[in-house]
Amino acid sequence: MISDRTKLENPYEDHLATIIDYRDLTSDTRYYKLKFVEPEVQEHTGDYKPGQFAMFSIPGVGEAPFSISSTPTRPAFLEFGIRKVGSFTDALFKKKEGDTVYIRGPYGNGFDMKSMEGKDIVIVSGGLGAVPLRSVLLYLEDKRELYNNVFFLNGARTPEDMLFKEDFLAMHAREIIETHLTVDKDPTGEWKHNVGVVTTLFEKINGRVDKDNAYALICGPPVMYKFVIKELLKMEFSKKNILMTLERRMKCGQGHCGHCAIHGVYTCLDGPVFNYWDYERMVELI
Amino acid sequence: MKTYKLMKEDFPQFLSLLQEKGNLYGPVKSKNHYSFEKIDDLSKLTFDYTRTLMGLKKFVTPPKYKVKHFDKSGSEDVIPEDETNIVIGAHPCDIHAMKILDKLFLGQIKDPYYKKRRENLVIVGHSCLPDENCLCTSTGTDMVSDGFDLFLTELQDFYLVWVGSSKGLFIIMSSEDLFNDKIEMCDIAEYTSWQENRQNSFKTTIPFHLMPDIVHLIYEEDELWDQFGEKCLSCGTCSLVCPTCNCFNVEDKILIHADEVVRERMLDSCTLPYYSVVAGDHDFRPDRTKRLKLYYTHKLKEYIGKWGQPACVGCGRCVTYCPVGINVKTVSNAFYEAIQCVREVKKI
Ligand SMILES: Cc1cc2nc3c(=O)[nH]c(=O)nc-3n(C[C@H](O)[C@H](O)[C@H](O)COP(=O)(O)OP(=O)(O)OC[C@H]3O[C@@H](n4cnc5c(N)ncnc54)[C@H](O)[C@@H]3O)c2cc1C
Ligand code: SF4
Ligand code: SF4
Ligand code: FES
Repeated sequence: MISDRTKLENPYEDHLATIIDYRDLTSDTRYYKLKFVEPEVQEHTGDYKPGQFAMFSIPGVGEAPFSISSTPTRPAFLEFGIRKVGSFTDALFKKKEGDTVYIRGPYGNGFDMKSMEGKDIVIVSGGLGAVPLRSVLLYLEDKRELYNNVFFLNGARTPEDMLFKEDFLAMHAREIIETHLTVDKDPTGEWKHNVGVVTTLFEKINGRVDKDNAYALICGPPVMYKFVIKELLKMEFSKKNILMTLERRMKCGQGHCGHCAIHGVYTCLDGPVFNYWDYERMVELI
Repeated sequence: MKTYKLMKEDFPQFLSLLQEKGNLYGPVKSKNHYSFEKIDDLSKLTFDYTRTLMGLKKFVTPPKYKVKHFDKSGSEDVIPEDETNIVIGAHPCDIHAMKILDKLFLGQIKDPYYKKRRENLVIVGHSCLPDENCLCTSTGTDMVSDGFDLFLTELQDFYLVWVGSSKGLFIIMSSEDLFNDKIEMCDIAEYTSWQENRQNSFKTTIPFHLMPDIVHLIYEEDELWDQFGEKCLSCGTCSLVCPTCNCFNVEDKILIHADEVVRERMLDSCTLPYYSVVAGDHDFRPDRTKRLKLYYTHKLKEYIGKWGQPACVGCGRCVTYCPVGINVKTVSNAFYEAIQCVREVKKI
């Protein structure tokens, strides 16, 4: 992967990657670990930023964008969390270890992790939103000394629906990042963590964030943003430091096909990470 | 800009010269419209026309084309071969539209499929006279000073030939006896009076320069947009004909007879129902009003903000072809009228 797409003779060139591992995260979402086939490409696997995405391609089925869930600090492979929703993902779910897909990317602006160094970081995710933010979390674990307080608040409908549950429970135990997990409902009765929507976790960090030197990173279903942003504004977060990653239909990933346009920006180039100012400026953002 | 004179009696020879250089395309009349077609029989060419159905975009981002080919040996990009395609007869608005497409496809991230087609294309522009649907004086695209290889202004007995690129100059130099670089005072007089006459023949203007602000400020006044949303048929014709509409979809086709797949791009339109649907069937633009908002924001307010210009070149195609009269003229006029207010505003 080459993150500077402007240098490429053909920014649409895709590369064969092998599925080296996969497992079910929930009943409809699967974890995939991939490695590029060509050594020259594999060498550049870590050339991406947390928050960027890649375009998958299966000949005969088509292409679809997926957030990179691994961290560039562990550059030997790429990881993804993919929900089965339609024709492309159906075809992908039929693939097994050793099978291949084509990948091009990375695309999108991603999170500027450098600019957050020395600051407090609050990461809030819901549902599938944990996929891109997992990249940030792993990155922060690897470079923990560069950042101040880091909090992770993650919600799911039930324990069964929580993506990367084992990873996040382990993260909770490691205590490198202060991790708070919640579920809306616990039909199992075995859940040892918080029960309630993700915003109920805010009381755990209240008064412990340096609002003038803090970033919040949010990703989740459209309904979640409004409530989470309300909490962050209550904590007096600066609007430009509330960062969210958004989804749009995408056919090219690099500003050519028009599908992801919102007003005068392209989600694939100027996003998918936007800040709350952008949101107030652009009515249709969420 | 280097300028030459080409006498009308030498024009057929000029056309033959172009045919020697590459595949010649030009405006041809079919049943009820004009279009740029391959010219084998020079008598089919006509320059007495206002607008073709599609502009120059069909040469650089055709309605449907292959981008990739997959087989057992792997994936291969389908980049067109080197060839020279010369299109004669493009009007100033068409050339402006091409400049907008160039910014989009040949900006920082270059589209390799567009790039090759664009490099293969030689544009020979041609002067025009407006009809009542032409809006290019409002959009500032009635004149063009770059973006072409040659541009012909048709006067009474001769053409004034403006050279816009080295490719254009090479064509002239390869048959120098056809062209005369001595332009007499009377030639200039004839040209300027033609120019004046042309300027005076524009009948329609729209308050285009005010539109970025107006569209911004009335963006959430849904009833203003709904009058158009309710009528729109979501047919996509406006995008098909608009020379700056470039949105595409991508689809794979399996070739049954062989173990092969081709990936194709096809023109798409933001006015079509599924344009903005994402996973979970969440639709960011579920109704026609919302979709027209995107179209007209891009045409009247900002195409891609950082370019600082909207993407309408005033060609009048939407005016001519939308079956229910939704177009830059009716939309801008409706918005402009909506803000006419009775309160007296002091001029500062
Ligand atoms: C930047 C970005 C990051 C994403 N990251 C992830 C991720 O990490 N994990 C994950 O599971 N999903 C992710 N998605 C969503 C994923 O791209 C879609 O779920 C996938 O394209 C659906 O393809 P399909 O063929 O299986 O579904 P389809 O059969 O095409 O349709 C199922 C649904 O998906 C919608 N859809 C189709 N194509 C696209 C498209 N190109 N973009 C968005 N929606 C589309 C359809 O309109 C329909 O509602 C991301 C999308 C974007 C834009
Ligand atoms: S605006 Fe007119 S041309 Fe465009 S989709 Fe609607 S009806 Fe069709
Ligand atoms: S919006 Fe209408 S007038 Fe403007 S460039 Fe497109 S088709 Fe031509
Ligand atoms: S995905 Fe094609 S322009 Fe953004």
